[in-house]
Amino acid sequence: MINMKDIMETVQMIEEEHLDIRTITMGISLLSCCDPDIDRSCQKVYDKITTYAKDLVQVGEQIEAEYGIPIINKRIAVTPIAMLVAASGGDPVKYALTLDRAAKAVGVNFIGGYSALVHKGFAAGDKELIESIPRALAQTDFVCSSVNIGSTKTGINMDAVGVMGKVVCEAARLTADRDCIGAAKLVVFCNAPEDNPFMAGAFHGPGEPECVINVGVSGPGVVRAALTKCPDGDLTEIADIIKKTAFKITRMGQLVGSEASRRLGVPFGIVDLSLAPTPAVGDSVAHILEEMGLAQCGCYGTTAALALLNDAVKKGGVMASSHVGGLSGAFIPVSEDAGMIDAARAGCLKLEKLEAMTAVCSVGLDMIVCPGDTPAEVIAAMIADEAAIGMVNSKTTAVRVIPAIGKKEGDELEFGGLLGSGPVMPVNQVSPAKFIRRGGRIPAPLQSLKN
Amino acid sequence: MRAIITVVGQDTVGILASVSGICADHNANVIEVTQSVMEDLFVMVMLVNIDHLSGGINGLAQSMNELGEQKNLKIHVMHEDIFNSMHRI
Repeated sequence: MINMKDIMETVQMIEEEHLDIRTITMGISLLSCCDPDIDRSCQKVYDKITTYAKDLVQVGEQIEAEYGIPIINKRIAVTPIAMLVAASGGDPVKYALTLDRAAKAVGVNFIGGYSALVHKGFAAGDKELIESIPRALAQTDFVCSSVNIGSTKTGINMDAVGVMGKVVCEAARLTADRDCIGAAKLVVFCNAPEDNPFMAGAFHGPGEPECVINVGVSGPGVVRAALTKCPDGDLTEIADIIKKTAFKITRMGQLVGSEASRRLGVPFGIVDLSLAPTPAVGDSVAHILEEMGLAQCGCYGTTAALALLNDAVKKGGVMASSHVGGLSGAFIPVSEDAGMIDAARAGCLKLEKLEAMTAVCSVGLDMIVCPGDTPAEVIAAMIADEAAIGMVNSKTTAVRVIPAIGKKEGDELEFGGLLGSGPVMPVNQVSPAKFIRRGGRIPAPLQSLKN
Repeated sequence: MRAIITVVGQDTVGILASVSGICADHNANVIEVTQSVMEDLFVMVMLVNIDHLSGGINGLAQSMNELGEQKNLKIHVMHEDIFNSMHRI
């Protein structure tokens, strides 16, 4: 039998340190649902999703019970809907309503893929879909949307960036009565991964198979608990502890993913090696950084500590899994992380620091609440800056900011659940409007002469 | 298939008896038991065969939960694969 210490360690991770499988996400290709008639196309979409995913929630719950591991979310990611709109025309919101209905029918808690990939330019269906995003998010409960506006190979589509600034503001405005939740379900990407299981940015990329199971693990609390046992170690030791812990967490993801794929008869895609925080106390990425020795997340040293954490998580996780993908790395969604919320409230964590942090970790400016009167051009420029970091560093970056309509600095938004709550953070309001209005494309960066 | 049952709590008379009693009720064959008492805290790890369970692993876990609540113990029933994958390469 495995030794008692190891057994009790695992039980403690789950019981006290919030170790869980954050999500099992089924990716479904909808390319076979293309039809020149939008109503027929929607019917095919509904039928396909409810057929492929009919057992997803039940199998997730079975595995949860048998293995004794909490699986928090069961979700679905689909082919970017703009591709279907290209064939069918019509009002894209019909697809959003269909996705929402299908999600409710199979019992998942989010469905991602109300998306468009426009990093080089707009094709048929892209503009219509992007313009419909605010309405789609306001009229649905579970649909998530994402738009890829740049990549290292293509540069940044600044026309799309300009449009997305307005779309983010409009998404918040149309859901102002529900804490602007629309903007919390919308991500603007540079270098978007095609197999990401995490919302709101999950979609089933055009290079993916017909149907696939991807798994996202979580465990900031476990990493922090492991670090508390080494109060005086140097950073080499800290990196080693994080690697070992990440290995264990990821092995669990690999096990659950392969078991889910076997039971559903669907190929296993990837494990996303992520440290995804939740608002629960003890499940915070900021607290890991503080455990390393920062008085509060956001002070100088935060970027370095996060770089160490992010790299060690990947190194530990890679060996534990047969295929790794998605966003893999530490997430820093402000409203979803108790330590980040505290640091933002205290004024220690500012947007400029968060931007620097995104250069060394997974994703980007995530779940940040900004004043409701922030001009669309400022949000577009924020997106452009993040995209530039991603483009130049060959990594995924994203922006999910929520303009808090009718609120200003010092107020708070309360989303509830995993999305948490966040203080309105001050935003530099000096105008970048002319830069954004120029449009065009920022050319792809040189991949040599790295400096 | 095998599962691992862990029991943690205040040491009282009859913990091993009641846990193994539930195993017998569910037709789970006990293969190995390790236990120790550290400063009144009772820790027990039990390896059981779950191939012929009468009510599935959910039923076993539920009965263990009920016992845990009655006796103020923390009892977990988990598939052995979890521990193998986490602690062995």
